[in-house]
Amino acid sequence: MVKLAEWRGKDLFRKYGVPLPRGQVARSAAEAEQLTRSGTVPLPCVVKAQVLAGGRGKGGAVRFANTPEEARAAAQAILGLDFKGETVKELLLEEKLAIGRELYLSLTLDRSARLPILIASAQGGVEIESVDDAAIARIPIDPFPGLAAYERRRAAKVLGVTGPAAASLDRLLSALWRLFQQEDAELVEINPLAVVGEGLVALDAKVIIEDDAGFRHPEYSDIRDDRTPLEEIAREKEIAFVQLDGNIGVIANGAGLTMATLDVLKEFDGNPGVFLDLGGTDDPKKVTEAFLLMAQAKPRAVFLNIFGGVTRCDTVAKGLVAAMDQVPPAERFPLVARIRGNNEREGIEILRAAGITSIPSLKDSAQAVVAAARGTA
Amino acid sequence: MTVLVDTSTRVVVQGITGHQGTVHTRQMKLFGTAVAAGVTPGKGGTEVDGVPVFDSVREAVDATRANASCIFVPAPFAKDALIESVDAGIRLAVVVTEHIPFHDMLVMYHYARSKGTRIIGPNCPGIAAPGKAKVGIIPNVVFHPGRVGVISRSGTLTYEIVNGIKEHGLGQSTCIGLGGDPVVGTSFVDALPLFQGDPETDLLVMVGEIGGTAEEEAAEYIHGHVTKPVVAYIAGRSAPPGKRMGHAGAIITRGRGTAESKVAALEKAGAQVARFPYEVPEMVAAIAARQARR
Repeated sequence: MVKLAEWRGKDLFRKYGVPLPRGQVARSAAEAEQLTRSGTVPLPCVVKAQVLAGGRGKGGAVRFANTPEEARAAAQAILGLDFKGETVKELLLEEKLAIGRELYLSLTLDRSARLPILIASAQGGVEIESVDDAAIARIPIDPFPGLAAYERRRAAKVLGVTGPAAASLDRLLSALWRLFQQEDAELVEINPLAVVGEGLVALDAKVIIEDDAGFRHPEYSDIRDDRTPLEEIAREKEIAFVQLDGNIGVIANGAGLTMATLDVLKEFDGNPGVFLDLGGTDDPKKVTEAFLLMAQAKPRAVFLNIFGGVTRCDTVAKGLVAAMDQVPPAERFPLVARIRGNNEREGIEILRAAGITSIPSLKDSAQAVVAAARGTA
Repeated sequence: MTVLVDTSTRVVVQGITGHQGTVHTRQMKLFGTAVAAGVTPGKGGTEVDGVPVFDSVREAVDATRANASCIFVPAPFAKDALIESVDAGIRLAVVVTEHIPFHDMLVMYHYARSKGTRIIGPNCPGIAAPGKAKVGIIPNVVFHPGRVGVISRSGTLTYEIVNGIKEHGLGQSTCIGLGGDPVVGTSFVDALPLFQGDPETDLLVMVGEIGGTAEEEAAEYIHGHVTKPVVAYIAGRSAPPGKRMGHAGAIITRGRGTAESKVAALEKAGAQVARFPYEVPEMVAAIAARQARR
């Protein structure tokens, strides 16, 4: 999932023909002043922090400026802010428009219907969850014909857009649909979409690109979500790795088994901290790398819970033993292993030779690792 | 036919010459599956583990009467592989490939449906009926023929639970791994009627996960249509609430999708919901014992 900052989303809007206020990105207060002084960004203008979290207006991350000096001061006030865990490094300066009504539009996936869905509401500018169901139109779209003209007309009716603005909305909806498909978006959202005079302008842009489509979108590969340095290394090695608070490291294979393992640990008052999903691999080296990564996260104890399918038990055991040899004695942690499934016997034998016992029951092994993390094992 | 596969199933493996394709062709054969053909464009005329390889699915079907496909081709080419097998008349396609963009899967799903082809997956372990056939990658060791039907969104967690059922001295009629992607070819609601109507299945196990609303929809279906006992487990009760699809996603799910919502819906529908994976085989064994006494 690649969440795009507002300005990147608006770059896409521009590319596909969604109308926008005139604006420009600034990365320093001096730049903000210069952009307004030169008229690149008309005054009065709005200065917006480029962070991914919502609620910027209420959180002091959006300010207004009537003069270049005010633009500079606003930029100075916002740059470097810590906004819900993100540091503000970029600003978007845009002309302030005289807006009429504020509308809501988005395109996303309806998993149950297995169809894209257009969501429209005449009550934009607020969190859409707070809008009454009856005021929200949900229009499922068949991917083959795509967003049809009659569906666009239905959206216009819901939004109460008539006259010359209706033609503008029709073009805008077609543009959004093309963007959604061609950019492999999970979500394209405009909130608010403002009625300005007889036209429409997207005041905000939220675009999320699907990770799995990376092979046809190399342009997004350098945009990263917030990850810890270890999470970043894991990503490069194609290991699913999530760091949270907690002191038990969990290495499992498959999302379902990983989640089930956490459920069981929590039940026995364990506090899982790092989850590492090996996925399917038959390369012992990948297992070794995963283990060394886990060691760097400094867990109090580690629970290895593997059900061998594509990933065979002996592969995991070999990789694990190789990793243990590479961890300096001072950094070693108690390890509880449970390996079941394909080549279980071979795997257990390899572990036994290295002095590690595999506990067959999930309940027993989970209790053992919780005890080890407490230092009572 | 029991549930989708049986001894008349003849499999064509798309991507047979790749590493996974080769490994799992062998495993499917060891399971007893009739693997009739493989396809890798440009490798026609060769063999993998005694299975003839063709350049196209059409040629494979014409020569071997293959009627089910198992797709291992990499994600960028998976959509094309599926369309090719649909066009060759294949009516059951198991897509093992992971990381297929959902925009591709939307096209695959709606195209297949328009032609009468059922997709299982993508990103799934496939389907297996012990003693009959396996199309996919579920490890052979977990199975034992029996009368428990298993439907799961998970991979390895399915193996864990199926293995647990075997260790309790019971076996499976058919096991389907639906895959955990946002768009799947076969959902719980699609699979449930097959097991309800299957004379070889006495009770059902459903393994779900947090996210989406597939389990809630399954609960509605169970309430109205399933008379066989259902044991369910939902993974991820302890996971922090996710925000994957943001606000627009919340509008679609409206409070559903959490573990609590799924458990409540399933219990209301009369299913027994296990709190942990190891409780599933215990519950299954208890029901099976009651059924045996009748």
